[in-house]
Amino acid sequence: MLPRAAGLGLLLLGLGALPLVLSNPTYTSIAIFTLIYMTAATSWNTFAGYSGYIPLGHVVFFGSGAYTLAVAAQDWHLVGGYGMFLLIPLAGLVAGLLALPFGLVALRTRRHTFVVITIAIMFIFQLLAFNLGVTNGSSGIQIPTPLWPAATFNDPFYYITLGILILAVATSWFVRRSRFGLQLLAIRDDEDRARGLGVRTGRVKLTAFVISAIPVGMVGAMYAYFIGQIFPQFAFDPLFDVSVALMVFFGGLGTVAGPLLGAVVLEPLQQYLTLQFSIGDLYLIIYGVVFLAVILLMPRGVVPSTRDWLRARRTGRPDAPEVEGDTDRAAEVAAHTGSPT
Amino acid sequence: MPPDATVNGTTPAVTADPRGRGAASLEFAGVIAGYGGGDVLKGVSFRVPEGGITCVVGPNGAGKSTLLACVSGILRPRAGDIRFRGESLVGLTPRQILARGVVQVPQNHSVFPQMTVLENVESGGFIVRDRTEVRRRLQAIQESFPVVTERARSKAGSLSGGQQRLVEFARCLMLDPALVVLDEPSMGLDPRTRRMVFAAVRRMHEQGRTILLVEQNAKAGLRLSTDGVVLENGRVRLVGSGREVLEHPEIGALYLGGAVAPAGAGGAG
Repeated sequence: MLPRAAGLGLLLLGLGALPLVLSNPTYTSIAIFTLIYMTAATSWNTFAGYSGYIPLGHVVFFGSGAYTLAVAAQDWHLVGGYGMFLLIPLAGLVAGLLALPFGLVALRTRRHTFVVITIAIMFIFQLLAFNLGVTNGSSGIQIPTPLWPAATFNDPFYYITLGILILAVATSWFVRRSRFGLQLLAIRDDEDRARGLGVRTGRVKLTAFVISAIPVGMVGAMYAYFIGQIFPQFAFDPLFDVSVALMVFFGGLGTVAGPLLGAVVLEPLQQYLTLQFSIGDLYLIIYGVVFLAVILLMPRGVVPSTRDWLRARRTGRPDAPEVEGDTDRAAEVAAHTGSPT
Repeated sequence: MPPDATVNGTTPAVTADPRGRGAASLEFAGVIAGYGGGDVLKGVSFRVPEGGITCVVGPNGAGKSTLLACVSGILRPRAGDIRFRGESLVGLTPRQILARGVVQVPQNHSVFPQMTVLENVESGGFIVRDRTEVRRRLQAIQESFPVVTERARSKAGSLSGGQQRLVEFARCLMLDPALVVLDEPSMGLDPRTRRMVFAAVRRMHEQGRTILLVEQNAKAGLRLSTDGVVLENGRVRLVGSGREVLEHPEIGALYLGGAVAPAGAGGAG
């Protein structure tokens, strides 16, 4: 347990010190986008990875979070500065509230139908953003820019996004280890059987859906504030969910570390390709290649595959079957019951 | 015909237990149920004595699994009543029925394959709010079912069929059930594993639980049981002790492959 805690501490220390080491705004901008996607991927996985339902409409929460901040700043005549960050919890709240009717409708369906319904709802929201007066249609909304020194301009964005990420990861970790998380895993494996064991499946799925929407809304607001403007095609970009899903599949669906790894690898890659070659959609080709490689070589994702490989090397058994968190859970139960595990 | 067995061409009335034993744990009274337009159960009435093992046998399509679906609340009877310790279960949700101590282990392997063995067993206690009680039960189950401790961290899907059955039994015990309903517990198992599974059924019985099981392997199921019920075409054909049903010449010829080995002449299976 200690090495894991020490590793986590070191990771946090490294993330905290990053803007001090990489003071170049280009790099810190990439780091902020990476943190945004790490949060989105972690939250997406908190629902999709544990319940087995694959949503492709989480950009609704990202966009609604972005528009919450933009519309509030516009209507309340706010000026750029630290005060704007107070709108981020509001954006999370709006995303969570939107997730209720969204989830109530979409979660009446299962699996493949659910995926299609989430895509359909996503397009409804995109259409609304293009046509509603409150969003200013395709003209978008300009967001007040803070008057901070250029050299450290990115730092507040970086640290607050890091805070949201920590919140999202902690939520994912607690969900995974909780009885609620166990119910989600049961739904993932066999929903009817889970219901037979007394799981209120509808309620559990909806709760997880709302929980996963809130941080996505928060980083949506952060994205809008950092960019300084928001347009429907970016706020409700269908490729957002494709990217997030790929990051999660790359790292390992249903693991805590997998989405983080996926975002850390793929988002900077996308930013680099866009900056280096000035071709905005080049990353899609790379994503396609990565997706194929993952499906062919490590269909369960990098984290589970690597963990099993390391365990097999250590134990000499090729069929190391554990899933993330089991060791701790087993040890915990053993400690309570006094039985060896 | 053995003196205590009650053969009924139609529907027997629900009366006191013919052998004068203890109170009924579960009581079916004129249950009519089915799917779509047709009735599968056409007025089923019998009693499951408290503290016994009651085995329901019958040919395919007799309504055995439909009967169990009615008990666990998955299927609501169209008419009649099912009472558990005097309280009607009809109209209750599966969760409410679980909360009353009636737990079913379904026919097909129902472990959560991607979850660990320990998580699978824990999932049996989803509706138990008291965490201390959950841990206490988990400890007791680990003592009764060594596989839960030995393979705690293994994915349940990686276990053999027999081990998965034991994990299912262990999971159902997390609710400390008064009535355990087993649907074809030996299905797909080799004889040695079947004996192991039936031994686990006996252990649950010895712990004071009432067992209602449906078993395609009628001989093995009836040898294991204190009471037997033969269903035929949605109606109760025979009610008696497990031995009586096993030795009944007509039933033996129809459902047990003709010649029946004397009861007690070997272990179940």
